[in-house]
Amino acid sequence: MAFDALHLARAQFAFTMAFHFVFPAFSIGLSSYLMVLEALWLKTGNALYLHLFKYWIKIFAVAFGMGVVSGIVMAYQFGTNWSAFSNRAGPIIGPLMAYEVLTAFFLEAGFLGVMLFGMPKVGKALHFFATCMVAVGTLISATWIISTNSWMQTPAGFVVNAKGQFVPAGSWLPIVFNPSFPYRLVHTVIASYLTTALVVGAVGAWHLLKDRTNPHARLMFSMAMWMAACVAPVQILAGDQHGLNTLEHQPVKVLAMEGDFDPSPGGAPLVLFGLPSNEDATVHDRIAIPHLGSLILKHDLHGPLPGLKEFARDRWPPVPVVFWSFRIMVGLGLLMLALGLWSLAARARKRLYDSRLLHRAAVLMGPAGFVAVIAGWVTTEVGRQPYTVYGLLRTADSLSPLAAPAVASSLAAFVLVYFTVFGLGAAYLLRMMSRLPTPFEVEPPHIPQRAAGITPAAGIDAPAHRAEAKP
Amino acid sequence: MSSSADLSIVWMLIIAFAILAYVVMDGFDLGIGMLFPTLQVGAERDQAMNAVAPVWDGNETWLVLGGGALLAAFPLAYSIILPATYPLMIAMLLGLVFRGVAFEFRWRDPEHRAYWDAGFSIGSALAALSQGITLGAILQGIKVTNHAYGGAWLDWLSPFTVLTGVSLMLGYALLGSTWLVWKTEGSCQAHARRLALKLGLATLAAMACVSAATPYLHNDYWRRWFSMPNVLYTAQVPLLVIITAAALLWSLRRGAERLPFLMTLALFVLNFIGLGVSLFPYLVPREVTIWDAAAPVSSQRFLLIGIAFILPVIMLYTGWAYWVFRGKVGTEGYH
Repeated sequence: MAFDALHLARAQFAFTMAFHFVFPAFSIGLSSYLMVLEALWLKTGNALYLHLFKYWIKIFAVAFGMGVVSGIVMAYQFGTNWSAFSNRAGPIIGPLMAYEVLTAFFLEAGFLGVMLFGMPKVGKALHFFATCMVAVGTLISATWIISTNSWMQTPAGFVVNAKGQFVPAGSWLPIVFNPSFPYRLVHTVIASYLTTALVVGAVGAWHLLKDRTNPHARLMFSMAMWMAACVAPVQILAGDQHGLNTLEHQPVKVLAMEGDFDPSPGGAPLVLFGLPSNEDATVHDRIAIPHLGSLILKHDLHGPLPGLKEFARDRWPPVPVVFWSFRIMVGLGLLMLALGLWSLAARARKRLYDSRLLHRAAVLMGPAGFVAVIAGWVTTEVGRQPYTVYGLLRTADSLSPLAAPAVASSLAAFVLVYFTVFGLGAAYLLRMMSRLPTPFEVEPPHIPQRAAGITPAAGIDAPAHRAEAKP
Repeated sequence: MSSSADLSIVWMLIIAFAILAYVVMDGFDLGIGMLFPTLQVGAERDQAMNAVAPVWDGNETWLVLGGGALLAAFPLAYSIILPATYPLMIAMLLGLVFRGVAFEFRWRDPEHRAYWDAGFSIGSALAALSQGITLGAILQGIKVTNHAYGGAWLDWLSPFTVLTGVSLMLGYALLGSTWLVWKTEGSCQAHARRLALKLGLATLAAMACVSAATPYLHNDYWRRWFSMPNVLYTAQVPLLVIITAAALLWSLRRGAERLPFLMTLALFVLNFIGLGVSLFPYLVPREVTIWDAAAPVSSQRFLLIGIAFILPVIMLYTGWAYWVFRGKVGTEGYH
């Protein structure tokens, strides 16, 4: 019974988390993009930036709303499904997450209303301040939650008290700045920026395919491709550093990612493809390049690497999942790099707005960031198994005292509701993106004008209307 | 008492404040959600939606703070109460999903707006009901074995908890209607005022029932409220409730715009104090006190520093956000 409840609870957490992660991955990048657009508009007075701002803020409002509601679910799932973990790790992760609420969620929520609806009420300068606060809030939020997550991966600065709880050993600095935190934070925030750049680029490209002269489409495509070209290489470097850090602190996870069951004292190969199996402790049908694995992980062709077999089997994560999710992430990362370089080449030849093949590729790559983010998250989280607090608290010992039917029904309810609600939400987002930005970013006429100030995002439009009506 | 004990009291007060802030702020949001079906499609509904759209996200954040602070300061209580009320928590979260997305979705899909409005109402009602039942479940007691929840997954269901669930729905609806009296005008306001009178009477009746039933749940509650000399203090609570209730009904009849909401707030605060009288110092009645559940001093102190500096700032800019959107919705158009 406990076995069933455990797997159902894990499925539920994975399901709700995978849905949730998509939204912040997008809104972290998008809020910064909006901040840049508004800043450029204020600085240059170029109305194109304002139009793009108005266009993307509506999309942001919908995505952010979905992020909020799916995030509240996460905040309570620790208690509902993982109460043993909550009780034992609460003294450490509780304050970290509460700091996220205090320093980030309130900031975002407090200024979001003004950002969405307040421009006619507070004026340009205060409105820009609100936009900045929302963007900064998303980054602060990422910082705390990644510190929390990293502590579960590379716990530090704690002792275990008589009640079996993890409690601070002294200073909070080693807890907050635990060994994997800086690497994971950089890698994740860059991933969010890249994800957003790919979405913005895909929307721009989609509209360029229909009309390559459209100034709005050109501007967003160009901005997005600059971002992709600059950030994709940085992300690959950040990922490399993150990998080295993981090898130091969680070697089992890296070996699972690489599919290295046997130790390689003379240098490990890079397994490109294969079918790893925990039971057989081997990678079937593997295609590998000799020594390349050591070059990547040790920056030395002959650097020795251990193998999974040197560690107890009950410490292995499910190798096939980690192995494949890692490859999906890296593969997409390389494609992003290729897209960025391609756009640079097209730009150099003044073909950025004319290369239909490039535009098609950019449209195809639109969702790649989301897939890569989820794949990366699967790699790191499944790679942490079978522990919740790495090496110290097993997932099986973290569960709430729940009956399997209770978890099964809640899982079914989540699946039903999430697919319906967020599926429709995604459809609305796509519908909004399929429209071209225009100089008149207005709400559909059914929204009562007298209430326009506080209908979603319409408030932004009001002063522009007034300004354009008057001159 | 050690400094740990003192910190636990501070933390209990902070969490109580967060929960109260949540209840009164998201209470009116959820209340308006429940009243939505009684409003006319079109201007009335749009006004009602606009009365909460800029602030709902901030209001809901107090719920996250309440949960987060409970985990940080009293992890044992968090890890007992949430599994004990598992289906309620899930229902509340799903209700809040529907409620939260409706704010944007209803404008994005006019053909299906009726569905999102229905989701807004049902989601709000479900969240309110779950919260009310959870409150009742905590009051009636939770089975604890070995520092963990020891009951079955439907233990929370009883006539008493259903009563508290319905009572909280009524209370939230009262908050929502009096907020609409404050923030709207015309037919929407008149409608809200009529509703507020009925809801006011219904809420008072529900409060009377819950208050009457609570002392019978356990001797301990009876002693706290009615033994000498406690009764000299505790009797002040119902007395103040009667005065506040009279002021509420009078202000509604007299056509006041803000007083009804403020009096409803006062009613909630008094109820909350009453709850404190019944529960203190237990987080899980007769099983887990705030001191049993307390996180180590270093955890409580670390977060307290943040609370001390950041919470005032939060209240400042939250206040500012409310101030920006002050006045009647719909009267200050841009045309």
